[in-house]
Amino acid sequence: MVGLVWLIPALPLAGFLLLVFFGKRIGEPRSGWIGTGAVALAFVTACLVFAGLWGEPEHTYELSLFEWIPAGNFNVDIGILLDPLSMTMALFITGIASLIHLYSIGYMHGDSRFPRFFTYLNLFVFSMLVLVLGNNMVLTFLGWEGVGACSYFLIAFWFEKEENASAGKKAFITNRVGDWGFMIAIFMTFFAFGTVTYTEFLPMAPGLAQTTATFIALMLFVGAIGKSAQIPLFIWLPDAMAGPTPVSALIHAATMVTAGVYLLVRVNPILAASASWIPWMIAIVGIATAFLAATIAMAQQDIKKVLAYSTVSQLGYMFLAIGVGGYTAAIFHMITHAFFKALLFLGAGSVIHGMHDEQDMRRMGALRKVMPVTAVTFIIGWLAIAGVPPFSGFWSKDDILAYALHKSPILYVIGLITALLTAFYMSRLVFRIFYGDARWGESVEGELANLKAHTAADVTESDDHADAPDDAHAGAGHGSVHPHESKWPMLVPLIVLAFFAAIAGFLNLPFTHNLEFLNNWLEPVVGENQANFDLGAFQLTFELVLSTTIALLGIFAAYMVYLKNKVDPRRIELPFFANGWYIDQSITKFMGGAGRKGFELIAMFDKVVIDGAVNGVGRATRGGAARLRSIENGYVRWYALMIGIGAVLLVAFAMTQVSF
Amino acid sequence: MESNLSLAYLMLSAILFVIGGVGVLIRRNPLIMIMCVELMLNAVNLSFVTFGKMLNDISGQIIVFFVMVVAAAEVVIGLALIVAMARRRPGATADDLRTLRG
Repeated sequence: MVGLVWLIPALPLAGFLLLVFFGKRIGEPRSGWIGTGAVALAFVTACLVFAGLWGEPEHTYELSLFEWIPAGNFNVDIGILLDPLSMTMALFITGIASLIHLYSIGYMHGDSRFPRFFTYLNLFVFSMLVLVLGNNMVLTFLGWEGVGACSYFLIAFWFEKEENASAGKKAFITNRVGDWGFMIAIFMTFFAFGTVTYTEFLPMAPGLAQTTATFIALMLFVGAIGKSAQIPLFIWLPDAMAGPTPVSALIHAATMVTAGVYLLVRVNPILAASASWIPWMIAIVGIATAFLAATIAMAQQDIKKVLAYSTVSQLGYMFLAIGVGGYTAAIFHMITHAFFKALLFLGAGSVIHGMHDEQDMRRMGALRKVMPVTAVTFIIGWLAIAGVPPFSGFWSKDDILAYALHKSPILYVIGLITALLTAFYMSRLVFRIFYGDARWGESVEGELANLKAHTAADVTESDDHADAPDDAHAGAGHGSVHPHESKWPMLVPLIVLAFFAAIAGFLNLPFTHNLEFLNNWLEPVVGENQANFDLGAFQLTFELVLSTTIALLGIFAAYMVYLKNKVDPRRIELPFFANGWYIDQSITKFMGGAGRKGFELIAMFDKVVIDGAVNGVGRATRGGAARLRSIENGYVRWYALMIGIGAVLLVAFAMTQVSF
Repeated sequence: MESNLSLAYLMLSAILFVIGGVGVLIRRNPLIMIMCVELMLNAVNLSFVTFGKMLNDISGQIIVFFVMVVAAAEVVIGLALIVAMARRRPGATADDLRTLRG
């Protein structure tokens, strides 16, 4: 059964090929079902392979399909490495992707490019599976670029709007910086080991010179922060929300952005062989990103932006986990995060859909009455991410924090503060959307004027629209909105994801060693380099209670602010946070000013030196040729004379060499 | 005496060669040019024979046969070209053929 593994990426590829050639002819609902079917079948195959993998020694299976790049002693195969890590990834990618495909059939209904959307989605799933299943770095890189390209296509899916197109470009260009690091890492790996196949070079990693390992680890980290949106390359992810919401859920929350985490876990022996500041750097970048993004999320008004920054923040937790040696904790959080964040995004999509493309939380409220299913599932996702036991996020976040405490109490404390912020901003989101007064009934014109005022004066102000929502129902004029619950293809994925978001924590319970299913399962991949310690029963209880308290504290604070109105929200939603610590603006300013001059200098160099050299060669050839051409005049006697002179010169030369 | 005679032959050979060479360079009639080339070839032949005699080596004369064969072949081609040229453009000189240059 395990031999079927090649089908897992092949099925989405087949779906992609079918849709790319015949998508338009197949038409609206059916192309969606084909795309969904391909991924769902891949998921079924993945389950079968999973069952078969139990029988393999060390739960590892390698399959080489064919030779791809044979070049001297550099050999790259199209091969699949199936081990607990890639199996886990493949399972949750195909599982969540099929749900999101199903959801998209409802969400994208009526879009003029409906078939193309599924074409891209299938291509994305294929690339992502190549990324995780590839048995060498080059194949991983192929998938890496594939998901990047699909991300670009899908962010800019509604490219008619300028800002969507530029958001796509921003994502693509920012990712290039990371890709550069990954490429250097591949070159260095080949240079150091003579191979890029994981099963060949990873066992050799402990014998590697420390400086080499450090350099490779650093470059891989650069690659990872690009894809996984960490400081300083996280700026693209919030803008990526310009894409359709299922894309945000699938690519920019559940799967693609976790590729960096996957990569670092995959190469954990190299991280272990590198200098000790590398894990520290990863941990610090992770926790800093988590904290920074959480503060920004507190002040956003666009519900997708809140979730986007929340994703950045949660990815920061995963990097923290890698930095402190909790590889399984990182994967654990990746899985639970995939469930609850996909759920939250899809829930947000359902809200946006029901509100007729409204994304501003200031114009929502009290939606739990009109959208009961969305509300209940969203609330489960909220409790999961906020870290309320027994939902999944609680267990995975706590796992990471336990490792962080083992490494350094400072990391632990900042992690806890971030958890508090997380609980706070997620509660704010839920209260603003589903509770409180219904603000969506108000006339759009007034709101728009209000909105303009906000954007002008740093989006901080939270409107206090206490004025009678009921009027709107009565005077349902042209400006009023009628929220409605979504149709079943959108609700089924929500319910399934909510189920898993609630129970996924049981994958890895910290109480006894036997309950740490994920730890034991991933043992063959990360076992040797995983930080190892035993929490006493007291410490474990203490940590769990503390986390729970922190989560409830955050929720309570949000309750006081946003439902009881005890504190003016404006005192919390500072412009500094709403504008994302002015990072984007600073970059724009730098690029427009000092940076610009530097780039112009480089452009000058390019024009004068590089182009000069290239064009100079051409000009010299042409000039010389023009002069030489004059001796080829076509007169036979001239040629004869040249031959004669040449012969005389040759003879004269020969005579100087020979002594008589 | 013997060497004086050989010297005379060599002198003659050199004179013929120079006449031929100058003819190729200054004349424009292709037929005359071919004849001049023939003259140069035969001047060389003469020097070969002379050297063969001087050094008492038969290979000088053997080479002459080769040269004569090659010269005959060359004349065939050359004359054919001249005839073709004369048919297409009567009265054309070798310099007029410079329009053929690349």
